Amino acid sequence: MPDAFPDFTPVNLLTGFLGSGKTTLLHRLLQDPALSDTAVLINEFGEVGLDHHLLERIDDTMVLLQSGCVCCTIRGELAQAMRDLQSKRERGIVPPFRRLIMESTGLADPFPVLSTLKSDPVLRHHFKAANVITTLDAVNGLAQLETHGESVRQAAIADAIVLTKTDLTDEPAVARLMQRVRRINPDAPFVDAHGDHFDIDRLLSGASGSGEGAPARSGFYCEEPVSVIGEAGSAHQKPVHSFVMTIDARIDWTAFGLWLTMLLNRHGDKVLRVKGILNIEGEDNPVAIHGVQHLVHPPVHMTGWPSDDRRSRIVFIVDGLDADLIRRSFSAFNRLGLPQPAANITETA
Amino acid sequence: MCSLCGILGSNEHWTDAVARPGVFTRNTERVDRRRERAKRVRIASRILTEFGMTLSDWQGSSFLLSTRTGKTEMVEDLGHLWPLAEKISGRVCDPLSHALIERLEGGGDA
Repeated sequence: MPDAFPDFTPVNLLTGFLGSGKTTLLHRLLQDPALSDTAVLINEFGEVGLDHHLLERIDDTMVLLQSGCVCCTIRGELAQAMRDLQSKRERGIVPPFRRLIMESTGLADPFPVLSTLKSDPVLRHHFKAANVITTLDAVNGLAQLETHGESVRQAAIADAIVLTKTDLTDEPAVARLMQRVRRINPDAPFVDAHGDHFDIDRLLSGASGSGEGAPARSGFYCEEPVSVIGEAGSAHQKPVHSFVMTIDARIDWTAFGLWLTMLLNRHGDKVLRVKGILNIEGEDNPVAIHGVQHLVHPPVHMTGWPSDDRRSRIVFIVDGLDADLIRRSFSAFNRLGLPQPAANITETA
Repeated sequence: MCSLCGILGSNEHWTDAVARPGVFTRNTERVDRRRERAKRVRIASRILTEFGMTLSDWQGSSFLLSTRTGKTEMVEDLGHLWPLAEKISGRVCDPLSHALIERLEGGGDA
């Protein structure tokens, strides 16, 4: 059977604010036979409410479920928990899982988890960030976004947003929540946890930030022009906002690399997300980029353009940075690498 | 670790996964690789000039970052360039600085 990740086990990060339904979703995941080749890292067994008849204890922190899932708790260092899991897999103590789902605590900024995967000298050779799934409570989510910065950051870096408790509220309320989220994350797909088409396998294997493969379509590269509702002019101005840079001229890769590394070095904690599809000088096919704060995934060479529109499009989700200044800065850098006059950039915000 | 210079090996930086495959692979497209490095040095130095620094190639494998007063650091990839530049120059290298943008928009080489 072909393995999509021959060398690296994809890691799905499950995040969401306190009480947003992470545990309910995890419980569902752990009972699904389709995820028998999945390991799950959680904070506490008790929270998930695992039925002891359905599990076999491996040690104090790790159990094997009848569904085939390996489930372990994070006690202390996350990196150590992952190393233990990897060690037990290598020694055959746990089944050879092909996917890892990691639950982050409700108040956590998910970025350090992604950073650990990338920088740990052991883990980076075995694991690779796949996607970030954020649960959002349809009843309380709007209030949480208004009052808790963590909730905004979790929604901003999500590759997919699972709307929970939609059965406890009405459609207009869900629509308002989705509209609010679109201001800070313009293109992460919404998944209704109570919908008829909820597909766990698809959710986990969807939008990948791992840089593997060369998809013509992938779901997170801002392939379609997105409608972004800017907040700069709204009555309640929020520091976290998104905007799209659409660039008519071709992009010089060298200048782009220097610019983005410089931007992330100085403002990485405020660039919650950058992702885009680039028309690179000298390349026929587009290159997709995807970054979360200081971390940028390896760029992906796509097999073709998703439409006739050959313009580069980069989505930024930023915390308090000036969109116009970012646009001007990029334009000034890009012209250093290109023979022609400055790139024409239009902004949707 | 490189036995010659003692630089610790690390992950390939994302900017080294260049749009043209092979450019940063030593065994193929050597001319392209050298051309790309030269271009990187040229553009980086143009930006660094604004902060009183220059970048030069070192043995086709690393870069040397130098200030006008002679402070020098070896840079492995672009991921290390800007933190080191700020460290040895004692200045904030901000691409969103109005002064920097206006200087670069002014056009041409410094």
